[in-house]
Amino acid sequence: MRSLPLRRSLLALAALTALSTQAATLRVANQGDALSMDPHSLNESLQISVVSNVYESLVTRGRDYKLAPSLATSWKQTSPTVWRFELRKGVTFHDGTPFTADDVIFSYERAAGDGSDMKSYVGQIKEIRKINSHTLDFETKAPFPILPELFTGWMMMSKKWCEDNQATKPVDRRKGIENAASFRANGTGPYRLRERQPGVRTSFVRHGSHWAKAEGNVDEVIFTPIGNDGTRIAALLSGEVDVMDPIPVQDVERVKSNPNLKVLQGPELRVIFLGMDQKRDELQFSNIKGKNPFKDVRVRRAFYQAIDIETIKSRVMRGAAVPIAQMFPPEVRGFAPDLTQRLPYDPEASKKLLAEAGYPQGFEVKMNCPNDRYVNDAEICQAVAANLARVGVKINLEAETKGTYFPKILRRDTSFYMLGWTASTVDAHNVLYPIMSTPGDGGRGQFNLGAYSNARIDELTAAVGSETDDKKRNAMIREVVKIHQDEVAHLPLHQQALLWGLKKNIEVVQWPDNIMPWKFIQVK
Amino acid sequence: MQQTLKRWLDSDISHSLRSSPTTMVAALIALVCVFCSLFAGWVAPTNPFDLATLELKDARLPPAWLEGGTRQYLLGTDDQGRDILSALIYGARISLVVGLASVLLSVLIGVALGLLAGFKGGWIDVLLMRLCDVMLSFPAILVALLVAGVGRALFPQSNETLAFGVLIVSITLTGWVQYARTVRGSTLVERNKEYVQAARVIGVPALRIMRRHVLPNVLGPVLVLATIQVATAIITEATLSFLGVGAPPTSPSLGTLIRVGNDYLFSGEWWITVFPGLMLVLIALSVNLLGDWLRDVLNPRLR
Repeated sequence: MRSLPLRRSLLALAALTALSTQAATLRVANQGDALSMDPHSLNESLQISVVSNVYESLVTRGRDYKLAPSLATSWKQTSPTVWRFELRKGVTFHDGTPFTADDVIFSYERAAGDGSDMKSYVGQIKEIRKINSHTLDFETKAPFPILPELFTGWMMMSKKWCEDNQATKPVDRRKGIENAASFRANGTGPYRLRERQPGVRTSFVRHGSHWAKAEGNVDEVIFTPIGNDGTRIAALLSGEVDVMDPIPVQDVERVKSNPNLKVLQGPELRVIFLGMDQKRDELQFSNIKGKNPFKDVRVRRAFYQAIDIETIKSRVMRGAAVPIAQMFPPEVRGFAPDLTQRLPYDPEASKKLLAEAGYPQGFEVKMNCPNDRYVNDAEICQAVAANLARVGVKINLEAETKGTYFPKILRRDTSFYMLGWTASTVDAHNVLYPIMSTPGDGGRGQFNLGAYSNARIDELTAAVGSETDDKKRNAMIREVVKIHQDEVAHLPLHQQALLWGLKKNIEVVQWPDNIMPWKFIQVK
Repeated sequence: MQQTLKRWLDSDISHSLRSSPTTMVAALIALVCVFCSLFAGWVAPTNPFDLATLELKDARLPPAWLEGGTRQYLLGTDDQGRDILSALIYGARISLVVGLASVLLSVLIGVALGLLAGFKGGWIDVLLMRLCDVMLSFPAILVALLVAGVGRALFPQSNETLAFGVLIVSITLTGWVQYARTVRGSTLVERNKEYVQAARVIGVPALRIMRRHVLPNVLGPVLVLATIQVATAIITEATLSFLGVGAPPTSPSLGTLIRVGNDYLFSGEWWITVFPGLMLVLIALSVNLLGDWLRDVLNPRLR
């Protein structure tokens, strides 16, 4: 039937195709899924990477990773402990409600309250004073010169939406608490959540009335988790996805040799390390009863020296990692350039240390490990288990998907675990405070899952937070690093490399924290 | 001794075995597998489960006949430097042990419940058979996944032995239904036969009738079913391990090896996944062929 309406719709279709050469759909794949859409629920890079396209923070970073205004247009220190932030006017959430100071105060309470994983980003705040609907004063507990950096990790939610949807508390995976913010989202960001199928596919569309002029041309984003390395690389090679992260290290060459694809490689701020329970008096998941071997620095040192990091680098990581002696990489402010020597790999010394500590036959302990979070995470854990077997330590390895892994270790239900940490403020304080300090209020030590504790480090960390003189500050950070190294509080392994695989016609901005801002992406 | 051997060689079973080369080959493969599994410690060049012997520097070496391969590792090594040949032998042992153990358990449970249901009838029968229907309405792998998951959550202190226990239980839970239904069917036929009536009349207790008189007469189909189910159980085990809820990565079964190797297919290290895959096919195929043959031999109508 050749009717007029049909021709019309054909014409319309032609017009649409013409348009879509500019407006593009981007298909993104990752090895795992964002565990929820809640921006305060889990401080994990992938979840932040996805969610930060929907929600925004007061301060953000530009293409060059330098601080840039976002929901706040300007900020200044009015006294050493008071900061005034001017909010952007005319910003609306995706549902049309205007963004005001009340939403900021609400988001503070939510991020600082029960169940939040983002306490360390707002833990410095003592009080927020609302000056008017678009001006706020933040008072910090002590002078804290890098507050704007810290605020890049704290995203804003709508008070009204959260109250209407019974989502005033964050989704807490540790306790298995889900709410509307898990599956739906209402942010101010450049993309709107369209459809969420956990673990399968999540799609986003551009938020037409976003406050900023669009820099990229991606109108629709389809995010698909593909856990299996082989399947993920196949999806990229066959053109089923446009951007994929991470490329399995064994397939980097293959992607490079493909004329339609390119590899975007760079140093990531993330350091992969192992942690040990140093709090409990009796080690869990072990054959040692009545005491905790990890409380003994000799045992921790023995573990450290048993790990053959160079072979892990060459065989497991195929060179895409830099072994490291500190808990943060050289790119992070405060890195101590003279403390870069790892304890030497020495199984004999390790055995001796174990014998001295009273475990000549070694012992048995369970190791928890993710298998879809970091590059070759489970393989690294297996290699470590094999290394430790040589000094007599029997590891019962439990490698599992991050959906069950993170809730477990964040509950501190582990004796020996793997974690990767990115100093998202690019400042050492973001490692000292959540990872090295004694667990306490305001997100302090929130990711120090083995509860290592040293009073001097706590004291220095507080001082580092308020110190403005770079020289003094670096000296204090250096002292923390030194103590932390001497006491082998954690076992740093390596700095991971960023490995993104994408089509040649796509231009992206690769930030060193492995966050992927879709708003910059150009599809040609 | 000679007498028994002669009688065995003259028997129907032996005749039909010798007249079917396929079955001979299958039996041979199965025998070799069983032998290797029993004496894995002596047959395998290394012990792949002993983490202390793994040499990470030798990871992902190709098979001996390819460039870069060494005689030390005939079929190459996996991503942790584990000798694939040894891993195959030990992996086959896990497959066989898990397969046989779960089938044995399923047979015990299934036959007992089937006999009970068929012989007693009434509400017991209704209850048990509806339970079977419910079990059958779930895909086996789903139930196994569920049990394996719950099992792990229930026993956080778990070690490797327990992991295999959970594996066996989860496969058993889905396997027993087949036997229960088969045995119930045969029992329904048998219980109305004259010898059972006669036993009843002279006052033999029900339990004894079931055990001494009915059971031997319903076991034939169970034997055939069990053989074939061994293959199914082996594949279920491999699937569970492939999905990551089965054997732990530090003591890999065939399924675990296939999963690990899958990641290296695109980068050209095919041997990590192909050899365990072949091994799995060989074991499952030979057991299945044996099962088919057994069915033909034991079925009087096909003679």
